[in-house]
Amino acid sequence: MPKTAIREGDVRIPSGCAIAGIMDRSGVRHDGGDILRSIELMHDRSNGLGGGFAAYGIYPEYRELYAFHVMYETHEARVATEAYLDVYFMSEKQERIPTEPVPSIKNPPDVWRYFVAPHPMRMNMSGLDESEYVMRHVFHINSQIEGAFVASSGKDMGAFKGVGYPEDIGEFYRIGDYRAWAWTAHGRFPTNTPGWWGGAHPFTLLNWSVVHNGEISSYDANRRYVEQFGYDCELQTDTEVITYLFDLLCRRHGLSQELAARIMTAPSWDEIDRMPPDRAKFETDLRVTYSSALVNGPFSVILGSEEGLLAINDRLKLRALMVGEKGSMVYFASEQAAIEVVCPDAENIRPVEGGIPFVAQLDEVARRKGLAACENSPVLNPLAHEVGVQPKRREA
Amino acid sequence: MIMGGQPVKACVSLGTSHFQKANQRVRAALAAADVVELHDVFAQRYLGCALDAGKKLDIFGTPGNDMACFLDGGEVEVHGNVQDQIGNTMNAGRIVVHGRCGDAAGYAMRGGEIFVRDDCGWRVGIHMKQYEGRRPVVFIGGDAGDFLGEYMAGGVIVLLGKAGKHLGTGMHGGVIYLKAPPDPGLISDSLVLEKADEADAEVLSPLMCAYNRLFAEERGAAVDESGEGFWRLRPASSRPYASMYAQ
Amino acid sequence: MLDYALPRFKVLRDEALCVKCGVCERSCANEVHRSDGASGKFAANHVACVNCQRCVVMCPVRALAIANWPQVDCGSTNWTLGYMQDIAKQSQTGGVLLASMGSTQPLPIYWDHLLLNASQVTNPSIDPLREPMETRVFLGSRPSALKVNERERTVITEMPPQIKLDVPLMFSAMSFGSVSLNAQKALAMAAEKLGTFFNTGEGGLHRELERYGEHAIVQVASGRFGVDAHYLNAGAMIEIKIGQGAKPGIGGHLPGEKISGEVSRTRMIPQGTDAISPAPHHDIYSIEDLKQLIFSLKEATLYRKPVAVKIAAVHNAAAIASGMARAGADVIVVDGFRGGTGAAPKRIRDSVGIPIELALAAIDQRLRDEGIRSTVSVVAGGSIRSSADIVRAVALGADAAYIASAALIAMGCHQCQDCSRGRCNWGIATQDPRLTKRLNPEEGAERVVNLVRAWNHEIQEMMGGMGINAIDSLRGNRLMLRGVGINEKELDILGVKHAGE
Repeated sequence: MPKTAIREGDVRIPSGCAIAGIMDRSGVRHDGGDILRSIELMHDRSNGLGGGFAAYGIYPEYRELYAFHVMYETHEARVATEAYLDVYFMSEKQERIPTEPVPSIKNPPDVWRYFVAPHPMRMNMSGLDESEYVMRHVFHINSQIEGAFVASSGKDMGAFKGVGYPEDIGEFYRIGDYRAWAWTAHGRFPTNTPGWWGGAHPFTLLNWSVVHNGEISSYDANRRYVEQFGYDCELQTDTEVITYLFDLLCRRHGLSQELAARIMTAPSWDEIDRMPPDRAKFETDLRVTYSSALVNGPFSVILGSEEGLLAINDRLKLRALMVGEKGSMVYFASEQAAIEVVCPDAENIRPVEGGIPFVAQLDEVARRKGLAACENSPVLNPLAHEVGVQPKRREA
Repeated sequence: MIMGGQPVKACVSLGTSHFQKANQRVRAALAAADVVELHDVFAQRYLGCALDAGKKLDIFGTPGNDMACFLDGGEVEVHGNVQDQIGNTMNAGRIVVHGRCGDAAGYAMRGGEIFVRDDCGWRVGIHMKQYEGRRPVVFIGGDAGDFLGEYMAGGVIVLLGKAGKHLGTGMHGGVIYLKAPPDPGLISDSLVLEKADEADAEVLSPLMCAYNRLFAEERGAAVDESGEGFWRLRPASSRPYASMYAQ
Repeated sequence: MLDYALPRFKVLRDEALCVKCGVCERSCANEVHRSDGASGKFAANHVACVNCQRCVVMCPVRALAIANWPQVDCGSTNWTLGYMQDIAKQSQTGGVLLASMGSTQPLPIYWDHLLLNASQVTNPSIDPLREPMETRVFLGSRPSALKVNERERTVITEMPPQIKLDVPLMFSAMSFGSVSLNAQKALAMAAEKLGTFFNTGEGGLHRELERYGEHAIVQVASGRFGVDAHYLNAGAMIEIKIGQGAKPGIGGHLPGEKISGEVSRTRMIPQGTDAISPAPHHDIYSIEDLKQLIFSLKEATLYRKPVAVKIAAVHNAAAIASGMARAGADVIVVDGFRGGTGAAPKRIRDSVGIPIELALAAIDQRLRDEGIRSTVSVVAGGSIRSSADIVRAVALGADAAYIASAALIAMGCHQCQDCSRGRCNWGIATQDPRLTKRLNPEEGAERVVNLVRAWNHEIQEMMGGMGINAIDSLRGNRLMLRGVGINEKELDILGVKHAGE
């Protein structure tokens, strides 16, 4: 494959964007028509170099299995990936993802999906827990198999993304045919021309998906923080590092998504100094412990997960992100009109405040969390893969 | 805390508990009693750390390093041997060891007394210093390892047994009293070795009496309490390095 | 023996301006200026001049200037005048050459090869005059994760003690004895005003400074001068000094003539006797012994004070730092080879140790490779000259910086590098009461406060330019740095890209 342009991972590429999200808290599933119209309205916020969607609840019949969406540049890449998956996973079903030719989309990759479970014995022998096991193998495919990229790997969810305007990408993937209880969308405006599909957003990891608008100035501080814990920031993108921060704080440290978002957009010392002592201690301890997880610079983010959607704005509120509600529906978009175009009578339309996350949970998740213990149990055991019997060999 | 005219005594058994827990328990016991007996002691460090005047620890077992560090007037008595660095940077108070002690005992001590019944390890009394009214004492009943009194800047070391090599190296204050005459060839030019005189005996005699009170019974014999017949080792200058630099 | 020593400086006096007031004569503890009495004319004993510039500043009519002695060298680039004069001095005395302040060798200063980033278009710069801009730093160890009760908003994990700095810098160790009490007092007062910390050095805490204890870092060095439980509990943090950038691997001698009554009382040592700091701590011969000392200090302070460990930047600094963190050090302090000193053997000062920039970068990366960087704090010192150096240090990975020479310069030090002789005309590196009274602690403090406030504002401006509003996000953010004029290996160790990449 001739390499025609710099891609993410080669250099760090700042980019601006449009983002949108739609969710039904009741868990009822809706087709992709609304999210398409919402993101399409913000056409001018992107430049045709990346668009994509994440959808939750689209594969109920396989909800216990990891749904791998894999993009291939070549036939060889598919052969190599499938051989690799055969070793480490057990595949229940595999198929080409249905797509629609769209004139503006040039040279699309071959896109497949696999519904898999980890190979039980290999997973046991790896010493990794299930999430860690899946994550490691996704990292392996993305970094080691030339021409293959796992676009998403969560359960009962998937990412559909590529190079083009989001509305064209949506049409290409036939987004309208899927039914999901939560949708997010992204239209991208990168500062150069990375012509590859894996680099489009949403960025995903396990059940996480992140769409993001802005550029974080704390990038390298955040990257070097999470890299301590086994996350390789291969793509060098903000979205990637924000996803890893959520994964570290929520999945490994056991904090709620809301608290993780608060850590990333921590209150200022001035505010903390004005708080009553108990509260100030709580916030101080969080800031001191997680100071390298503070995300700085202009950004708005919609995080998707099996729990629902969460939106945050940076603490100086440098980016636009609106939220509106109607019954059990919640709508997010960079601009208000993109909410109104799909829900003209949306209520409580307002900006997501700087540093104060807006959490939209599935009713059923909210109910469960209300009953659960509110103390976390961080998992801090050294990761099995970090220990070996041999010294590390220098690469030739 | 006095009850019925007697200091209250408490007992704590440490076993193999970690030093952090052990010291917490010891501190709690000392808050309630002036004398605390520690039994079953195994390697716990820092026992008697910064112990104040009027408090005493009686230790049975083998305590760990840095016993009685920063000792501030209290008393620590060990019924057995002790490990390294006892009495580290102590200000005042007394350590009594019914046995031997390890290396670097009395490191940088500036006051108080350490009495060791038997031998001591290497670099004992290193960097001892005296200051205003305080004149620390290290008394070793047996033999000493090498580098006894290294960098010594003040105070008194008494050695009844044999000294090792590099005795008093870098010494620029204080005095070392030796019962057995060392090989003069092993004494550096910056030190002066001479017969102790009457004034020295006046310093030594009470220390010998104290040693006997502590240990004569268990040793089955008393040492001569006159303080006579010692050799005195002192620095030739309090400015050993004054001419070391090109001005 | 014929003295081969040449003057280093020449005193230039503009006779037309000189009003023969005699201020110069009274200013100079080295007795350079002499009035010939009858004519009132002044002659100079050039050889005694150390270029401290006190007379130049004090002269009311600006009639004085100091020039280099005009003697040329022999023409060899090998046998420079400096080396030949050193040999002359040693052949006459048989002594070790003594030097003060930081190395004068022309070795690389990497700060000057690191350029900072600023936002353009994709990311807004932030104006610190109008938007919040946080430079507060906490130092101490931290858990790698917190156990919390989210409903009650309480932290269940027991937090290790921290110290809070409102500015990302502290004043590094300068002991009473090597500097005057007035100099320490000025730093203590400045630290209190600025919300930061001064460091007692290894000379104990003078009783007049105890009231600044909340802003004091009390140092424990190999001589254990002035160290007892009271001292350890009097400060906000304890620092174990293993080494110093200017003289790694060796101890120190404070000569007996500097051990005045006050110095003796504060150090708890005899008056007039050399105060000797052994080269190593004689209770630390290995890394597990460091753990023993760290915890002895923690026991003595009931685990209420963070314990820092300071090392000189040496070849293996990264591995040592990792060991220190694992031994329980809450703060790792690393001091670069250009750092100052009151006195050090010249050959050691100029030849031993490595640049702070490389050591800091290597330490930060090693701690990250081992996944423990966020559980410990790192402070860099030794040659920080400006606010931009602090920004660079933080971007390389430091939590905060230590400054010392810069603070002394603010108080009047002119870097004449003659501290060891104890005749500091600025009242800083001396115990002579006639000289120390020249330094007014209040005025000294005011100058230092002004300096640090100006630096802090500059730091905020630079952070704002990068689009960063909290110094947390600058720490280890090496993308904010680009190298110029340094080679691939240096870039690799510093972990930065070359400008243009």
